[in-house]
Amino acid sequence: MPSKIVRKRSLIPGQTSELVLDAPQIAAKAKPGNFVILRVCENGERIPLTIADTDKQAGTITIVYLVLGKTTAHLETLKEGDEIVDLCGPLGKDTDIHKMSGPVICVGGGTGIAAMHHIAKGHHMAGNHVVAVIGARSKDLLLFHDELSKFADEVLVSTNDGSFGVQGMVTDLLKERLESDPTVSEVVAVGPVPMMEAVARVTKPFGVKTTVSLNSIMVDGIGMCGACRVSVGGKTKFACVDGPEFDGQEVDFKELGSRLQAFKTMEQLSYEEFKKSHVCTCSNK
Amino acid sequence: MPEQDPRVRVGNFSEVTTGYTPEMAMAEAQRCLQCKKPLCRKGCPVEIDIPGFISQIVEGDLDQAYKVLRDTNSLPAVCGRVCPQETQCEGSCILGKKGEPVAIGRLERFVADTFMAKDACEEITGAQACHLERDDLKVACIGGGPSSLTVAGYLSALGIKVHVFEALHEVGGVLVYGIPEFRLPKAIVRREIDAMRALGVEFHTNWVGGKTVTVDDLKAQGFNAIFIGVGAGLPKFLRVPGENLIGVFSANEYLTRVNLGRAYEFPKSDTPAYTGKNVVVFGAGNVAMDAARTAMRLGADKVSIAYRRTENEMPARLEELHHAKDEGLELLCLHAPIEFKGDEKGWLKSIVLQKMQLGEPDESGRCSPVACDGQFCEIPCDMAVIAVGTGSNPLIGQTTPGLELNKWGYIVVNEETGETSIPNVYAGGDIVTGAATVISAMGAGRRAAKEIAKRLLG
Ligand SMILES: Cc1cc2nc3c(=O)[nH]c(=O)nc-3n(C[C@H](O)[C@H](O)[C@H](O)COP(=O)(O)OP(=O)(O)OC[C@H]3O[C@@H](n4cnc5c(N)ncnc54)[C@H](O)[C@@H]3O)c2cc1C
Ligand SMILES: Cc1cc2nc3c(=O)[nH]c(=O)nc-3n(C[C@H](O)[C@H](O)[C@H](O)COP(=O)(O)OP(=O)(O)OC[C@H]3O[C@@H](n4cnc5c(N)ncnc54)[C@H](O)[C@@H]3O)c2cc1C
Ligand code: SF4
Ligand code: SF4
Ligand code: FES
Repeated sequence: MPSKIVRKRSLIPGQTSELVLDAPQIAAKAKPGNFVILRVCENGERIPLTIADTDKQAGTITIVYLVLGKTTAHLETLKEGDEIVDLCGPLGKDTDIHKMSGPVICVGGGTGIAAMHHIAKGHHMAGNHVVAVIGARSKDLLLFHDELSKFADEVLVSTNDGSFGVQGMVTDLLKERLESDPTVSEVVAVGPVPMMEAVARVTKPFGVKTTVSLNSIMVDGIGMCGACRVSVGGKTKFACVDGPEFDGQEVDFKELGSRLQAFKTMEQLSYEEFKKSHVCTCSNK
Repeated sequence: MPEQDPRVRVGNFSEVTTGYTPEMAMAEAQRCLQCKKPLCRKGCPVEIDIPGFISQIVEGDLDQAYKVLRDTNSLPAVCGRVCPQETQCEGSCILGKKGEPVAIGRLERFVADTFMAKDACEEITGAQACHLERDDLKVACIGGGPSSLTVAGYLSALGIKVHVFEALHEVGGVLVYGIPEFRLPKAIVRREIDAMRALGVEFHTNWVGGKTVTVDDLKAQGFNAIFIGVGAGLPKFLRVPGENLIGVFSANEYLTRVNLGRAYEFPKSDTPAYTGKNVVVFGAGNVAMDAARTAMRLGADKVSIAYRRTENEMPARLEELHHAKDEGLELLCLHAPIEFKGDEKGWLKSIVLQKMQLGEPDESGRCSPVACDGQFCEIPCDMAVIAVGTGSNPLIGQTTPGLELNKWGYIVVNEETGETSIPNVYAGGDIVTGAATVISAMGAGRRAAKEIAKRLLG
């Protein structure tokens, strides 16, 4: 079904935006951890984006994207009131959310903070003590700080340049927290692959349950193609239907990182063409 | 049947065979003996009145010939192209005992193609206008492949409102995401679907059964019957080391990128498909042939099929195997995969194969492949496609409480009615039988539709 952009908010100009999309059926079903697959236009590629929030009453979902290549750049050219041709979801397994004895630390990096926000909100609703740990290179690149502050019990911030919060990485904050608090029940991490890998490395000696949300390349999102396959505990899993969340200690991050490069040359070509023409290649006018 | 020159067609995605001229169709139709007890008909899973439609061709009444086809088959233009005729209708034709059987599939295609050149609504309903719908009755189909389309075609012709919910952004199932353009032009599938739309069928794309909408939701929305036709579609891998290297694809991924994503038009279309120089495809069915021939068209230097048995055991349609060989496909028979090897960055570079020989026939009646001890070879390969079958997709089973599945995860149905363990919920096609054929999926759709019609209309 096509979907209308109800609201658009630029978070980092030209780089990251938030869209509120009209999608009542998806909003009615979406749970934290789910994602959608969308196509911006005819001839467009199917790309997965996490559902960062839902408003069941208004019948909308929120997505936040980082402009990386052709499809996200095209999305960035759309305005409020415009439609995207295809929106499919909610996909993926729901995050396992239940009442826990100790705090849940939700770690987010870059655009992953938006995705993590939905999970953190779910834990908050379930009555869990939520510690949000977020990081970015600098203050202007930090997302969703205000949104998280509204409900999270604690929000810890790190920036690489020290322009906000403490100077350093999210993993430094995480390590400190785990050292000082043995009651932590779970760590959830959403962000770039190297960040999630680092989080898993930090939590390992503490033996705390660590959940990561994987962003492998996807095509259909319903388990039909195997493009999204990842190795977890030595077994092949399909991120779209078996995940996207897995036990961080079991994931083969190196393989995931390399598989994300599979179409790099072609993606660059596609993006270059797009930047040159800056018009949509839709065949249907 | 006329076809494009192999040297030309490996460079394009246009249909390989160009179809009969009216004169050729007439000559072929006249060969039919009009048997009193037609054996051919028993070989067709939907029991088309084969001598009946052929006699109308001889009479020169193609409209009537089309109606005979449509009596039992909702997608004749498709079936004429993709049925394994040599094991079905044509395999049973009496003329085949001594010489060439009547080319039933090609005649079916000729009739359907000629007819489809006209207005969709008028075509199917005759001179009358489109049916008035029974707005008190509605049926839902989950999945938009041939099994569901048959249910939709059959019931909508009776005036029952049908809604089809498809997970992908296009309707047609394997017909649009699997079978390539050069074998089944998408425009043909689209026309058949438009004809159904004209009969009042509503198609909802991007609706994932079990996710966006569940069977229970549909019941709550007042659907009188629900048909599940979601196909098999969970690709099997080989379970050998190195299978997740970059450059190793399931046939489903490769074909979906190219067909549904139109990657053959990249970068005009945004979906990329990778094509190596040395391509090896594992498997020997229709899916493997489609993947191999697609790779040739996308510019591979060399494409081989690696198969554990020999050419005689290959399950692909005969015509596809012949076409593929004409186009330059190499066969690596009696070879089984052992390992995929890559470079330090994770890109596929070579494959290790083990030589095999044929042993005793197994329970399927085919000679089973036996490894030749210690005989291995390593060949350069930068793209591999795995086409060794599919398993059942668990999505619907997981999200439909009370739906009985067998031990392989396929839906259990009543053989006579197609009904599942949940009353008024039916299933058919690959999700019941495992990967089979278009026409058997349609046969299953027809069976369920008949039962639904009987219960709803009396
Ligand atoms: C479950 C899931 C949730 C995601 N959630 C978000 C999100 O909330 N916000 C966000 O900004 N990004 C998210 N991503 C990543 C996002 O899908 C990619 O950034 C996007 O596909 C890039 O497309 P592009 O055409 O703009 O860039 P391209 O130039 O096509 O690709 C840039 C990079 O994105 C990755 N990519 C490309 N195509 C795909 C594809 N079909 N599927 C997955 N990754 C691909 C590759 O690593 C590639 O190198 C998510 C990915 C997954 C699997
Ligand atoms: C590459 C290839 C070539 C083939 N060649 C031939 C041939 O030449 N001759 C022949 O007879 N047969 C051929 N087959 C087999 C034939 O296509 C299948 O047996 C047939 O299409 C099965 O029909 P179906 O309706 O059961 O399912 P499908 O055609 O698989 O359609 C199922 C549909 O359901 C959708 N779906 C899945 N899950 C959901 C969900 N949860 N909610 C909503 N929708 C969902 C899928 O996206 C798909 O569109 C081929 C198959 C492939 C893959
Ligand atoms: S539907 Fe298939 S099996 Fe039946 S007559 Fe046509 S080609 Fe033959
Ligand atoms: S068996 Fe052959 S000859 Fe006889 S009716 Fe059928 S097609 Fe004609
Ligand atoms: S995206 Fe195709 S199986 Fe996961």
